[in-house]
Amino acid sequence: MRALDVTDLSVHRGGRTVVRGVSFGADRQEVLVLKGASGSGKTTILRAIAGLDPIAEGRIAVDDMSIAPHQTLRGQARRDFHRRVGMVFQFHHLFEHLTALQNVSLALVHVLAQSRTQAERRAFELLDQMGIGPRARAMPRELSGGEAQRVAIARALAMEPQVLLMDEPTASLDPARRGDLAAILRQLAADGRTLVIASHDEDFARACAHRVMTLEAGQIVRS
Amino acid sequence: MTRHAGFIAVSVLLLSIAVVGQEPRELLWAGDAEGGSPFVEADPSDPARVVGFEVEVAALLAEGLGRRPRFLQVGFTSLDAAAARGDFDVALSGIEDSPARQSRLAVTIPYYEFKEVLTVRDVDAGRFRTLPDLRGRRVATLGATLAYDILVKAQSELGIVPVVYEDDVHPYTDLVLGRVDAVMLDDVLAERGVRRNPGLTNQSTAVGVGHYVGIAAPQNTALRDQMNAILLRAMQDGRLEAIFRRWKMWNDDQPRLYARLAGGQQEDASAEQPAQPSSAWDATMRYLPALFRAAVITLLLSSLSMALAVAIGVLIASGRVYGPPPLRALLTAWVELIRGTPLLLQLFVLYFGLAAVVQLPAFLAALIGLGLNYAAYESEIYRGALEAVPAGQLDAARVLGLSERQAFVLVRGPQAFRLALAPMTNDFVALLKDSSLVSVITVVELTKQTSIFAANIGSWVLPGALCAAMYLALSLPLARVARRLERTWKR
Repeated sequence: MRALDVTDLSVHRGGRTVVRGVSFGADRQEVLVLKGASGSGKTTILRAIAGLDPIAEGRIAVDDMSIAPHQTLRGQARRDFHRRVGMVFQFHHLFEHLTALQNVSLALVHVLAQSRTQAERRAFELLDQMGIGPRARAMPRELSGGEAQRVAIARALAMEPQVLLMDEPTASLDPARRGDLAAILRQLAADGRTLVIASHDEDFARACAHRVMTLEAGQIVRS
Repeated sequence: MTRHAGFIAVSVLLLSIAVVGQEPRELLWAGDAEGGSPFVEADPSDPARVVGFEVEVAALLAEGLGRRPRFLQVGFTSLDAAAARGDFDVALSGIEDSPARQSRLAVTIPYYEFKEVLTVRDVDAGRFRTLPDLRGRRVATLGATLAYDILVKAQSELGIVPVVYEDDVHPYTDLVLGRVDAVMLDDVLAERGVRRNPGLTNQSTAVGVGHYVGIAAPQNTALRDQMNAILLRAMQDGRLEAIFRRWKMWNDDQPRLYARLAGGQQEDASAEQPAQPSSAWDATMRYLPALFRAAVITLLLSSLSMALAVAIGVLIASGRVYGPPPLRALLTAWVELIRGTPLLLQLFVLYFGLAAVVQLPAFLAALIGLGLNYAAYESEIYRGALEAVPAGQLDAARVLGLSERQAFVLVRGPQAFRLALAPMTNDFVALLKDSSLVSVITVVELTKQTSIFAANIGSWVLPGALCAAMYLALSLPLARVARRLERTWKR
C-alpha cells in the first residue's frame, strides 16, 4: 500500500472544474513536487488531500483511510485522518494569539489529549529540531518569514503525520534560506515521511524533489 | 445742541411708545399634557387644543391680565427648571406647593387644596386603611411629590417600600395587577385612578394635605402678585368654584381654603412635610446614602445586563456566522428589529405591555430589556470580530484535527474577543448611562434618585455634579481595566 494514493481526482469550485481526473501516488521517504503556474490546480489538490475541501469525483487514500466524493470528515474520523496528513500553508497561518510554543502544543493537548507539560516538552523538541528553540516564547508577529515557516512545520509535525503537504514553501524565503529548507525537507523524508510540495520554483524543486509532476489547467501534463 | 436735545427727546418718546406697543399680549403658560384629565390634556375632539381645569385657570389669569393665553408643553419633571430659566410666564399643571419651590421660584397663592389618599384593591379595603397597615408592603407614588416625601419617611419608620413611577396612570394599573399593594397620590389623581380601574377603592382618611400653585421665574414677582390678586378675586366671585364644579373637583375644603386666603392667612407649605433642611449641605448629607444605593443599583443592573448582552450577543453572532441561511435571516431580522426601535419602547412593552401575560418584577424587566437591547449591538461587534479572524487560521486548526467547536473556542473566539474588547468597553459605558431609562418602569437608579434630590432642593447644580461624579467613578476604572488588558495582549 502506498502512503498516498490519488485516483481520478476531480474538484469543483464555484461550479467550475478546477482539477480534472488527476491520478498519482507517493511513497514513504519520497519528496514529490507538484509544479505549475498559479491557477494550475496545485493548491486545490493539496487542500483536497488535506480534507479541507470536498472532492467531486475520484478517491484519495492515505495509509488505511480514504476520502470519497462529497465526504466531509467529522469527529473521530477527522482526528484520525489528520494524524495521517499535515499541511503547511503558504502564509503559515500561525495562531496570532499564541506563542510559537503554544502554536505547536495546541493540538497535542486538545486533539491528542496530552498533558500540558508533556505537550510543551514535545513542542520545544520540535522547535529545537527546526533550529528555532530560542524563539519558542515569541508571538507570531515577532517572527521573520523563515522563522514563522519553521514554526508552522513544527506545528504540522507535532501530529506526526505520514504525509506532509506544503504549499509554496519558498515564497517567504530569500534564496540563501531555500537551500536550508530543502535540506530540512529531505531529512524529514529520510525519516520515513511522504512530502508533497506545491511549488513553481524550479531550482528548489531540483534541490529537494525525488519526483516532479507538472500541472496545467487542472491536469497532469508531465510526470 | 438744541436740535440734538430735540432729537433725543423724540427718540425716547418713540422708544417708549414702541416698548408700550410691545407689551406682551400673550400669557405663555406651561403644563404637561401627558398629565391628562382633569389637569391638562389634548382635547379628544381636537388634539391641537388642550382642555382641563388648569387650562381654565390659565384663561382666567390671562383674562385678568388682559392677555391671550398660549399653552407651552413642558414635561412635568422639567417644569421647575424651565420656570427658573424663565421659559414661560407661569406653569399650572397640578404643581404642589413646597418649601423648595417657595425658596427658588415665584409661587402664586394656592388655588386648590388636595388630600393625599391611599388607594387599595377592594379586597384589601378592610385591612389596608392607613400607612401603618402597610408595614413592609410596596406602595406606589410619583417621584418628587409630597406623597413621595411622606412615603420615604414611612420607609424608615414603618418599613414601607416606596415604588416610584414617572406617570400617574401605571401606579393604578399595577395595583390592579398586584405589583404593588397600595397607591398614595392626591385625591384628584386617586379619583381618576379608581374611575378608570374597577376593583380599586380610595380610603377616606387623608394621609396629608397639599395645595396646587402656579410657578413663575423668581424675578417675576410683579406678575405673580398680579396673578394672586386675580386668583383672590376669582375665589370671591365664584369663578374658581365654577371651574372646579365643572371638573367635579369642588368640595368643602376649597371654601375653607379660600376663606383663609381672603383673611390674609399664609398657607404654610411645609405644614404637612418632613422638616426641610436649611442648607444644601444638609440636604446633600441626607440624600447621599440614597444616592449611593442608587449608584449600586445602576452598577448592578448595568453589569448584569452587560453579562446577559454578552452571552446572548455571542449566541446571535455565532448563529449568524455558523448557522444555516434561515437562522441567519431570522437573527438578522431580530437584530434589526431591536436596533431599529427605541430602548424606552422596549422597556415599556416588557414591563407594561406584557403585564397581562407575564408580570416581570421591575428589576428583572429592566435587566432583560437592557440585556436584549445591548445583545443586538454586541452581536454585531462579535460578528465583525469573528469574521476578522483570517480564514486561513481556521483551515490550519482543521488540518490539526481540531473540531469546529474547538477551532471556535481555542482559535477564533479568543482572537475575536481581543478585537471586540475596545468596542465592548465603549458599549458598557454607554449601557451604564442608558440604564437611567429604566426609571420609567419604576427602578430608582442613579439618575432618577438625582432628579428626585434635585426636585426636593429645587436646584440641579449640586445633585448634578454628584451624579456625574458617581457615573465617572463607575466608568473610569472600567476603561482602565480594558486598556490594561489590551496592553497585556499587545505585549
